[in-house]
Amino acid sequence: MPEPGIIIAGAGHAGGAAAAALRQFGWKGAITVIGNEPIPPYQRPPLSKAWLTGDATAESLALRPERFYTQQTITLRLSTTIAAIDRAARAIRLADGQTLPYTTLILALGARARRLPLPGFDLPGVLELRTAADADRLKATIGPGRRIAIIGGGYIGLEAAASSRALGAEAVVLEREPRLLARVASPPLSEFFAAAHRAHGVIIHTDAQVTGLVGQNGTERGRVAGVQLADGTILPCHAALVGVGAIPNDEIAAAAGLRCENGVVVDEHARTEDPAIFAIGDLTNRPLALYGRRGRLESVPNALEQARQAAAAITGRPPPAAEVPWFWSDQYDIKLQIAGLPHDVARLVVRGDPSTGSFAVFHLDADRRVQCVESVNTPAEFMAGRLMILKRRPVDAAALADLSSNMKDLAA
Amino acid sequence: MPTITYIEHDGTAHTVEVAEGFSVMEGAINNTVPGIDADCGGACACATCHVYVDPAWQHLTGTQSEAEASMISFANAVEPNSRLSCQIKVTAELDGLVVRMPAGQH
Repeated sequence: MPEPGIIIAGAGHAGGAAAAALRQFGWKGAITVIGNEPIPPYQRPPLSKAWLTGDATAESLALRPERFYTQQTITLRLSTTIAAIDRAARAIRLADGQTLPYTTLILALGARARRLPLPGFDLPGVLELRTAADADRLKATIGPGRRIAIIGGGYIGLEAAASSRALGAEAVVLEREPRLLARVASPPLSEFFAAAHRAHGVIIHTDAQVTGLVGQNGTERGRVAGVQLADGTILPCHAALVGVGAIPNDEIAAAAGLRCENGVVVDEHARTEDPAIFAIGDLTNRPLALYGRRGRLESVPNALEQARQAAAAITGRPPPAAEVPWFWSDQYDIKLQIAGLPHDVARLVVRGDPSTGSFAVFHLDADRRVQCVESVNTPAEFMAGRLMILKRRPVDAAALADLSSNMKDLAA
Repeated sequence: MPTITYIEHDGTAHTVEVAEGFSVMEGAINNTVPGIDADCGGACACATCHVYVDPAWQHLTGTQSEAEASMISFANAVEPNSRLSCQIKVTAELDGLVVRMPAGQH
């Protein structure tokens, strides 16, 4: 009997990339990718940007064209939900009761939008943004004369606000913390984005305690018509987008006895404690070697890095070199690129004047080593920062802040 | 449909058809041409779709934008004909374009 082959559980960016990397690294056996969405793996970052504004097509959104999977003999099983993993039998059970055996299982189940346990959050017109179907629902509600309330001033919320403005809708951002991007960005970057969004007509309320959503005529029925704040104010809206973080889809892994702590625990090769099971992408709690700790990263580069790690380990290739985590966001004409993570930060060094629209914030630890750089319309600072983070050498903070010093020299 | 030839670092050539409007990067990804990673999917954010444009074609592929030039200056093995392939749109006049790939994108 032939070996059952590799099952990739999850057809998002991580799952699709793992299938492609396995073939690229010479894996000849069977590969089956199982996903609960109806479409083949696609890129999620454009959903809040070009897809929303109509500047992307289904073709450009797809990770690979459909013929790729046929040519590479990769079986896609879409609109299919996985119910359980039977580790002893090395098989997965689908929601319809069918079982599929595996030689190796790669878990790429992603994360889902966090829901708020508040009244009215199940009303029609209350939206989240993780999938293409979510984005289509959002797109159908925004346009001139419409007002969208965005709960959560993180990247998804802000990108959706920018796209809403581009489509002529009003956007109101409600953030619980005293500043936008409070969990993920430095204060200078938060200030810059708040100013940029206000300049584009976005209404921003920080320290906003949302207590519920209300339907038409103030009832808890019908379509959402307003957001209720702790002081009793009701902000009218035609739709509400909730972007308050994501939680890993690790339930079936935990039920199968795999260690899960805010995600499936994996090593630097994306292996779980079961030698036949790997886990990749938003789902995982992974080592962050440069920072001497573990964490869960929600980003495309992380999904791709772990897809390559798993594919290399499975095909017996040498492990790929460790990468510096990185992220990007596009809002209006602002290109934000972030390298590294702001752990153990002792001081911030701002290079350039934020009011000019291009600057970078370097995060240094107590030994003056760059831990993270947030770069706004300054790709050289981003690229140099990435190198500096990898090299882990102390830097001259004064030279870093001095625009006349060359980034290439500073990173050398 | 325009035809593009991608030549891997080891000399392996891949000649594929790429529809107008797609980028040279997308042409490689959609046809499983190895050697271009394109981690950011074409946002000019990562410099992992670095190619060398055949000198005979440089006058037709345009020039680097400021952002692209900054990104490329930190890539490995940069040459005067280096480009990020996500920033080159395929047009009818690029039919026959030849690009070469570096040894690695990371």
